[in-house]
Amino acid sequence: MQQRSLNGGGLQSPRSPSSQPPFLLVSVTDPAKMGNGVQAYISYKVITKTNLPEYQGSEKIVIRRYTDFVWLRDRLFEKYKGIFIPPLPEKSTVEKFRFSAEFIEMRRQALDTFVNRIALHHELQQSEDLRTFLQADEQTMERARSQDTGIFKKKPSDLMQIFWGVQSKVTDVVLGKEKPVEESNPEYEKFKKYIFELEDHLAEAQKHAYRLVKRHRELGQSLADFGKAIKLLGSCEGDALGTAFSELGAKSEILSIKLQREAQNLLMNFEEPLKDYVRAVQSIKATERANAFRQQCELAETIKLKEIDLNKMRIIRSEKMLDAEHEYEELKADGQEATRRFETIVRLMNEEIVRFQDQKTQDMGRAFHEFAKGQARLANAIADAWRTLLPKLDSLSVS
Amino acid sequence: MMGFENQGFEEAQLHASHGEMESLVLDDDDNNNSGNDNNPSSRSNGITNGDVSQHYNHPLSSSLPFAEILTTDDDDPLLSSSSPHQNPNSFNSLLEPPSYADASFRSFDGDHGKQINGHGAVSTSSPTADSVYLKVSVTDPQKEQDLNNSLVPGGNTFVTYLITTWTNLPEFNGTEFSVRRRFRDVVTLSDRLSDSYRGYFIPLRPDKSVVESQVMQKQEFVEQRRMGLEKYLRKLAAHPVIRRSEELRVFLQVQGKLPLMKTTDVASRMLDGAVKLPKQLFGESVVSAAVDPNDVSHPAKGGRDLLRIFKELRQSVANDWGGAKPPVVEEDKEFLDKKKKMQDFEQELSNVSQQAESLVKAQQDMGETLGQLGLAFVKLTKFEMEEAIFNSQKVRAADMKNVATSAVKASRLYRELNAQTVRHLDKLHEYLGVILAVNNAYSDRSNALLTVQTLLSELANLNSRIEKLEAAASKIFGGDRSRVRKIEELKETMRVTDEAKNCAVREYERIKENNMNELERLDKERHDDFFGMLKGFVVNQAGYAEKMASVWESVANETSGYAAKNS
Repeated sequence: MQQRSLNGGGLQSPRSPSSQPPFLLVSVTDPAKMGNGVQAYISYKVITKTNLPEYQGSEKIVIRRYTDFVWLRDRLFEKYKGIFIPPLPEKSTVEKFRFSAEFIEMRRQALDTFVNRIALHHELQQSEDLRTFLQADEQTMERARSQDTGIFKKKPSDLMQIFWGVQSKVTDVVLGKEKPVEESNPEYEKFKKYIFELEDHLAEAQKHAYRLVKRHRELGQSLADFGKAIKLLGSCEGDALGTAFSELGAKSEILSIKLQREAQNLLMNFEEPLKDYVRAVQSIKATERANAFRQQCELAETIKLKEIDLNKMRIIRSEKMLDAEHEYEELKADGQEATRRFETIVRLMNEEIVRFQDQKTQDMGRAFHEFAKGQARLANAIADAWRTLLPKLDSLSVS
Repeated sequence: MMGFENQGFEEAQLHASHGEMESLVLDDDDNNNSGNDNNPSSRSNGITNGDVSQHYNHPLSSSLPFAEILTTDDDDPLLSSSSPHQNPNSFNSLLEPPSYADASFRSFDGDHGKQINGHGAVSTSSPTADSVYLKVSVTDPQKEQDLNNSLVPGGNTFVTYLITTWTNLPEFNGTEFSVRRRFRDVVTLSDRLSDSYRGYFIPLRPDKSVVESQVMQKQEFVEQRRMGLEKYLRKLAAHPVIRRSEELRVFLQVQGKLPLMKTTDVASRMLDGAVKLPKQLFGESVVSAAVDPNDVSHPAKGGRDLLRIFKELRQSVANDWGGAKPPVVEEDKEFLDKKKKMQDFEQELSNVSQQAESLVKAQQDMGETLGQLGLAFVKLTKFEMEEAIFNSQKVRAADMKNVATSAVKASRLYRELNAQTVRHLDKLHEYLGVILAVNNAYSDRSNALLTVQTLLSELANLNSRIEKLEAAASKIFGGDRSRVRKIEELKETMRVTDEAKNCAVREYERIKENNMNELERLDKERHDDFFGMLKGFVVNQAGYAEKMASVWESVANETSGYAAKNS
């Protein structure tokens, strides 16, 4: 459970919001299984502590489920173009039925991280949808959810394809449309390429990290089995040698437990952050600006055409000229708006990229640290266990 | 290498069995690059279980390639084991050369001062204490034609091996010599030893293999067989009694065709044209001169002893089902206890051996995955470095490189550890083979006892018949000529049989004595061997764990700036 305050101070008891720095603390806790069979789902408690005036009261507890989080993410995607929306844990259809404790805990952690990242983001934290999410009662929430139609329901991967123009390029050509307008900013191109390749590399690293967790479990298991078997051999043998076998077997079993523990640590503190990194990159891929760019271009086209029309009308002194002028001015205003919008997105994105790289260096640094720490701890435990056995073996061998 | 003080024998192939695996590294350079942990064919024995009772096949045995131990960093072990060969140079430039790759110790247990007698070639621990040695190596497999017996011209090819011996044992004339032998010769040697050394724990020879002649020619099969033969001969050379046997000497020294008789059977004897079936226990007609009582000291075999086999079988059935107590029973309770204990031991040992195999596999997998993880991070590092726009990326790349190189190091350490683990735990499966040898020796004893029992039965039988005839004859005054003659014949048979029985009893006692001595020897060796194994295993686990700890500790220190503040 990570409770980060807006200014890192961690202040509690917001009785006088005006005198204290603003904070918004959120935590996702207490997963509970609800419903039965196919309908079953997990509900979470979302606890908000804040002194922000936009929020009703200083503390609020609501119950939310996974699809509520998805709703929030989709809304943010729609409203905050250009910003890298934090990623959600995968919607799993298989494990849902099994609902293992490990799965539930990992999901809870990921959801907690998700909400906190939003709460800490200087733009996203002001979102009205966030407030709804954190405060609305269940019926309101349900209503809000069911109002979502159309593109909000689409998966980020679908969005990615539409907005990055990957798929539409092909279909447009097939349908005989002209080649769609695309941004040809070299920096942006470079960034797109980087993101795509980064995802592949990360996915591979994550795959091996997950396997490493499994290997730890397997090694632990085999040590346990080996220990047991050698203890049996010891009891059959008897005498000093028998004792030696038994001692070795016991040590083996102890180490097996340590390995299982380390497997768990690896999963939570190394593999999961890597997975999170992958998700973040996938989320970035879905960040759209192509649409805004296209709008800007289309408007520019339209304005040009309108200008030609207008000039024609001026020449023939048409009575529609006033209306046309009026429209023209409106179009120009729209055009400016579209340009402004697009430029905002570009600016935001550039800021986001900087933040993203910084954040990931921190996140990965921590993950690497935990990984190394865990491995060192395990290795030392193994070395100690065996070293302490040696004098015993020595004395037994001469007895 | 392993700290063996064998001056004058620089060749690695002469090290004891614990160095044996290491020696394989140096011997078989062709194994160096083909051997991969991943390679499944190198794991499985090409040898099928032709004679299960003779040889215990264990996947842990010879075929794991240990070549990687000495692989230096010019051949990135990561790349050779996992996916297709990438360009090693570009990645190695990112990785520091492993400083430990040339470390003088391959194993942490340099302690070979004591024991580790086991089944290695060397029976000495220090050169001064006992300066007798007998070292054997098997090399240079060559294809040869069997010109004599082939029905198809040029059809029958076989493989011979160069057997080189170094010794200072007096019964050998010379200190260094070589002969060429084929596998069939080894079988003959093994059979002759079984005959001559009943009651001894004779090491088991490698399997015969029932495979196609095509497979026989394959390099891998030949190599496995070579290793098996070498191991076998070294075990023989290590056995205090067998190493001095004439059979072994002849095998190792006499040039040309092996002058040991193969096990005879009726068919080949007929071919030889000299069918002299000694009339062991014929019962009815007797030619006293032809019976050599000492023949009973040999186990009943094959065609010529058919009759004897039938009688002994009848006797054993009588023992088991007859209800009547056999004339001589296995009374040695201590022996029976020991036998039971051995059975229990065998079962548990087999179980441990299996689990050891799983452990080795798990260690191997761990090493592999660590390596793959390291490699993935190396690629990531390279990628980020190339594409870096921001300083944060460069920092991240540096952190990643740190983790990557450490993972690769750890991967190598795991592989080395595993090679050592196999070397030590191999002792487990070796002893399973020893137990088979012990069981054979116990069988020798049972068979000898059965022979005695059979003869005693026979004597009793003869006696009662004589008595009956005498009783009948006495009723006829002057005797019944034919009956009298019959009685004489029977008495003669009985005399011969009695002599045979005495031989059999002596043989039985002899075998019992052998059993006992061997058991004593085994107990002592087992004690030493297993303690050596345990210590070696533990020392290696500890040593490599410490190395890994230091690798990861330095990474942890270097990334300590990222540590979570609220953990």
